[in-house]
Amino acid sequence: MWSVTSTILSLVLFATYLGIGALAHDTHFSLGWALASTVFVWAGPAQIILISTLGSGATVVQAAIAVTLSAIRLFPMVVSVLPLVRSPGTKRRQLILVTHFIAVTLWVECVRLLPQVPRGRRIAFAQGLGFGLLSVCLVATALGYGLAANLPELFGAAILLLTPLAFLLSTARNCRQLADVLALALGLALFPVVSLLHTGVDILISAVSAGSIAYAVQRWRAAQ
Amino acid sequence: MSEFIGDWHSLLVLLLAGFMPNEVWRMIGLWLGGGVDEGSELLVWVRAVATAILAGVIAQILLEPPGALASVPGWLRYLAVAIGFAAFVVTRRSILVGVICGELLMLAGKWWIG
Repeated sequence: MWSVTSTILSLVLFATYLGIGALAHDTHFSLGWALASTVFVWAGPAQIILISTLGSGATVVQAAIAVTLSAIRLFPMVVSVLPLVRSPGTKRRQLILVTHFIAVTLWVECVRLLPQVPRGRRIAFAQGLGFGLLSVCLVATALGYGLAANLPELFGAAILLLTPLAFLLSTARNCRQLADVLALALGLALFPVVSLLHTGVDILISAVSAGSIAYAVQRWRAAQ
Repeated sequence: MSEFIGDWHSLLVLLLAGFMPNEVWRMIGLWLGGGVDEGSELLVWVRAVATAILAGVIAQILLEPPGALASVPGWLRYLAVAIGFAAFVVTRRSILVGVICGELLMLAGKWWIG
């Protein structure tokens, strides 16, 4: 059942969580904290945002706003996966665990694999898949944390570089519309400029401006 | 054990700034269920802002790198990511090839600098 695509997706996921573990170590969080963030947050971007904002001195409220803005994208994923999972008699509380597991990788895999699974077994299948991915990522988090603590500086740097690389490329791959591409490019370009202001909410300012400009350009192009 | 967990205050921060603001969108999706148009204008804007947040965080890590990454000079960090991205484009969007090329370039550059 594991085709090449899913192997590569899990490899990228593994690399991402190696990076998260290393990032947590180098921003002085404990290993237990890093593992707990993987279990409870279970969304790579939100974890990176949480660790890097808190690590650079943001307040709890500033970090929470950045996390929640990044997490809105989970909402359409949940809305599109759940109809695939539920049967006519399924109660909401039976779906809570599956809902928690939904993040980009599980979403892609569910859309790909669930149609081949009999409807009555889909909740169990999605829970198993989610739990499997979570276990892999917990190992990666601990490994990244341990490697950052023990490896020579050069390899520590290589593991930390995994985070921006893997996220840039997976975000670029998930771009579906012009607005997504522009938001990515403008977001990269605007942050260095806005960071000169040292507002404490640099990421929010640059992201809301970049995202809004990207959205406006797409609407303008569509209207033409 | 206390070293493993760290202080309880930081776990509370994880709950308030990480778990709750993230999980709330999953649970809203569960409660509202169907009837939401994925192509709606508001969601297009939200996705653009979310993408730009991620872009900002990527830029922040490269610009103000944490820990060991700070030992790599700025130009080499940017070059490694640019080469990784170029490899990703050339291989028709292979994330794996892009990541490997970027990493190898950084390691080679660091070795070359000495």
